[in-house]
Amino acid sequence: MLTDLYVYGSSPLHRCKPSIKIGALTVFCTLVFIYNSWITILVASAMVVAGFLVAGLELRHAIISVRPAFWILAAIFIVQMVMADISLAALIILRFMLLILAASLVTLTTKPSEFVDGIMAGLHFAPSWVPKENIALAISLCLRFIPLVRTVLNEVRDAQKARGMDRNFKALLVPLIVRTLKSADEVSQAIYARSLD
Amino acid sequence: MGMETRDVAYIALFAAIVAALAVFPPITLPLVGVPITAQSLGVMLAGGVLGAMRGGLSLILFLVLVAIGLPLLSGGRGGFGVFLTPSGGFLIGWIFSAAAIGFLTERFWLKLNFGIAFGICVIGGIVLLYAIGIPWVAYAAEISVWTAFTGSLPFIPGDIIKCLIAATVMVIVKKSYPIIVPRGAGGIHDNV
Repeated sequence: MLTDLYVYGSSPLHRCKPSIKIGALTVFCTLVFIYNSWITILVASAMVVAGFLVAGLELRHAIISVRPAFWILAAIFIVQMVMADISLAALIILRFMLLILAASLVTLTTKPSEFVDGIMAGLHFAPSWVPKENIALAISLCLRFIPLVRTVLNEVRDAQKARGMDRNFKALLVPLIVRTLKSADEVSQAIYARSLD
Repeated sequence: MGMETRDVAYIALFAAIVAALAVFPPITLPLVGVPITAQSLGVMLAGGVLGAMRGGLSLILFLVLVAIGLPLLSGGRGGFGVFLTPSGGFLIGWIFSAAAIGFLTERFWLKLNFGIAFGICVIGGIVLLYAIGIPWVAYAAEISVWTAFTGSLPFIPGDIIKCLIAATVMVIVKKSYPIIVPRGAGGIHDNV
């Protein structure tokens, strides 16, 4: 039920540690913003293309990543073309696309579970005031609640459809929230009853 | 901070509710042609139902899950890339939006009615959110703040509709299943 954006593979990028990939992405994005010129764009593009080739990703993965931002990028391109000139407009749009593609390179080659493992491992080294158990519990409860909320939402929607009220947000949201709040109470009582908190 | 297991469960639940609201097909307003999604409705409700601390934390949790690559945003978007798009500031702004709505709801809890709830949603869900999102667009796209603001105007009618819905739901949930403990009061938390 819960899908992710991961693309299977065994390239060096797939095998690299998530923390290293995040670090590299942060450095990449910062440098692209600081050194704002055509040379930077060219070098960065070459790096992103190389990354996609090494990871064995296809053009369609790149298109899927950039497509949601298409209209807003088009709007910015037009505004920049009118207010400045076409070369600045192109530079800014290319920079956005590079940042999005570099980020998607990390997302497409890393399983969400690897990130969760990374977060959990990182929590080991966190100072004592960090509520480690609560953070771990919140992540795992949320992953459990997402399919639960979807199921309840579908049930409520079917029920309100029978009343002709399935386009009424109030009639959908109030039962959804009250029912799932009760479920959350029950879950926390179950955890409490087993002395796990 | 005094987080109980129940608070953690509520935080996880509202992160899941914001995620589940992505499945609503976007409604396109006839006049301006901008799609409005139900997801930011969940942001307002996280603050308005859970309060400042739990509401803000649930949005942080939601955005962490988005960042690690779960496609939980409307249209199946997810991953680090969504924070680097021009509208990334609005996503980060959700945290502050939920916290502000939660803070004001706690502050006005005892006299909360539809009008006050609507005002709270407008302040946290529109004014504050745009105050964070618009400078971000302006900086990243190298356009003036004014241009970025003009470009965001078509979204405001949809956001006002969401504030109306969120305010209605906040008031009903307050009556039927109150979670928030009003600021300065206490002790109603134990009525299971």
